[in-house]
Amino acid sequence: MEAFKEHVGFVVPLDRINVDTDQIIPKQFLKRIERTGFGDFLFNDWRYLENGDPNPEFVLNDPRYANASILIAGANFGCGSSREHAPWALQQYGFKAILAPSFADIFRNNCYKNGILPIALPADVIASLSQEAHDTEGYQLMVDLEAQSVICPDGTAHTFEIGDFEKHCLLNGLDEIGWTLQYEADIAAYENRG
Amino acid sequence: MRASADEVPILYIDTHLVHEVTSPQAFEGLRLNNRKVRRPNLTFATMDHNVPTTDRSLPITDLIAAKQMETLAENCAEFDIPLYDIDSPDQGIVHVIGPELGITQPGMTIVCGDSHTSTHGALGALAFGIGTSEIEHVLATQCLLQQKSETFEIRIDGTLPYGVTAKDIILAIIGHIGIDGGNGAVVEYTGSAIRALSIEERMTVCNMSIEAGARAGMIAPDDTTYKYIAGKRFAPKDEDFDAAVERWKQLPTDDGATYDRTLILDAADIAPQVTWGTNPGMVTDVTGRVPDPADMETTDDKRAAEHALAYMDLQPGTPITDIPVDRVFIGSCTNSRISDLRAAAEVAKGRKVAANVSAMVVPGSQAVKRQAEAEGLDAVFREAGFEWREAGCSMCLGMNPDTLSPGQRCASTSNRNFEGRQGKGGRTHLVSPQMAAATAVTGRFVDIRKFQ
Ligand code: SF4
Repeated sequence: MEAFKEHVGFVVPLDRINVDTDQIIPKQFLKRIERTGFGDFLFNDWRYLENGDPNPEFVLNDPRYANASILIAGANFGCGSSREHAPWALQQYGFKAILAPSFADIFRNNCYKNGILPIALPADVIASLSQEAHDTEGYQLMVDLEAQSVICPDGTAHTFEIGDFEKHCLLNGLDEIGWTLQYEADIAAYENRG
Repeated sequence: MRASADEVPILYIDTHLVHEVTSPQAFEGLRLNNRKVRRPNLTFATMDHNVPTTDRSLPITDLIAAKQMETLAENCAEFDIPLYDIDSPDQGIVHVIGPELGITQPGMTIVCGDSHTSTHGALGALAFGIGTSEIEHVLATQCLLQQKSETFEIRIDGTLPYGVTAKDIILAIIGHIGIDGGNGAVVEYTGSAIRALSIEERMTVCNMSIEAGARAGMIAPDDTTYKYIAGKRFAPKDEDFDAAVERWKQLPTDDGATYDRTLILDAADIAPQVTWGTNPGMVTDVTGRVPDPADMETTDDKRAAEHALAYMDLQPGTPITDIPVDRVFIGSCTNSRISDLRAAAEVAKGRKVAANVSAMVVPGSQAVKRQAEAEGLDAVFREAGFEWREAGCSMCLGMNPDTLSPGQRCASTSNRNFEGRQGKGGRTHLVSPQMAAATAVTGRFVDIRKFQ
């Protein structure tokens, strides 16, 4: 897995709560057997019109946010289906971090496995960061995983929580399967218990 | 299995269920790293998500879906995993066949690359959905790295009124706590109304735990559970079964155990439920009306409701029973078991699907289909004008050719009414099987309690 240490990037605000993984990557793209090629289909049904043209109403199509790598969204982001295609699509589109008041559990787990950092911050902080991203063209944030902090251009820092193990895995781009296999003897002993 | 303070706990997985859509990249990962499947005999695979539900003797027209099914077959052959493929008499939706074959048992840890794995909690298993990276992890190690969850007791006391089903219980719960109300928690359903449910009904409740954000939902095993499991193909036999029951009896939460959270509802207060919006928490009683976004408490909720009503093409204040439908879907891992089909057939019997409605019934498994046909339910449905299909996920997520057209409105017994879930632009209302069948007949939502 790709390691995540720190990241500075442009911010795009998606002002919706309960964005489900069916919206992040609709089912018609789940038939691929590869792990790649999902970025173009991220938010497909919101992002494109019936004729395939970009929907000018959708925020990702606003040229102001063309190079965004940090997504700000409403509460309970990533709810619904367990499809890991959702973080794949976000990551392959170019997102490195997602900021929201809360995340759905399976989605958050899936993000960690793909080098994307889901950052939960209080709703009022998210609202003000989102407002900045609307008001300020080229608004950027810095995410420092070691310090567990999101730093605004004016220097304000918002700290966030992350589990020690998840942090360790992300910082080192750790192969979790390899990690578990160190405990082969324990696993075998458990399997052979009476 | 191990849980030292400075390390993440490793959870041993007793049963791993696999289907065609979320597994190919996991098998590919194994190959790339030269790893093998640690316990093929604890792994079971089926094809359900994108299988066609029309005549199985015809070739599959969707070549990409066919490729995905072929890939699963190749992976199962290469790694020696038992597969119930499209031609198997045991094929079906993974969450229907697990319990049906006796693979699901109390006290087990069960995972599957599908969020509705929570279904298996109905038999007292700890069962939850995982992503593809975790599938690979389980295939390679038979373990998962898993933090402990909070515990959430949802107690339903009392007796369910006539016409109110397990589906209505879970929709009412989600309406109460919201679709993120269970985030971070494992739910245990308790109370006399839950105890009175059959195992299939309990599955309907546990199935939709994830729609409240809870990864797992479970119900302590009891005599109903043991009776259900007895005689199933993978269930322990004879003395082994008796010994297993003794073990299973030790599983239930101790009396007086405390939970991090508790919600108590009275079954008598629950009415048949119908969703009006674009997530399962946007739900109301069948006697209710489409809500007015202006009445919502927060700006976020107001905006979400406005967005949902625009997508659903509904006006605030419209009585639910005034909403007409174009399609009816009876199926999915929530409501496609034999008792669901019996309940729907009882309503459909001797009646006709309304002229402007097209309705279909998709059994959850080939075994359910055979049982229903043995009981003549297929004939009841066909005579009433329902289509009778082969087993699979079908229009629950519309990965196969069964989809809504843009703008079509559907009464569905499935579990998700997300935008585009059943087909781009399609509008989904979640209901119980009885309500779906009655809606097919009247062409609009109807209160099953008053349905003649
Ligand atoms: S029936 Fe629907 S919810 Fe259930 S496993 Fe299939 S697609 Fe998922």
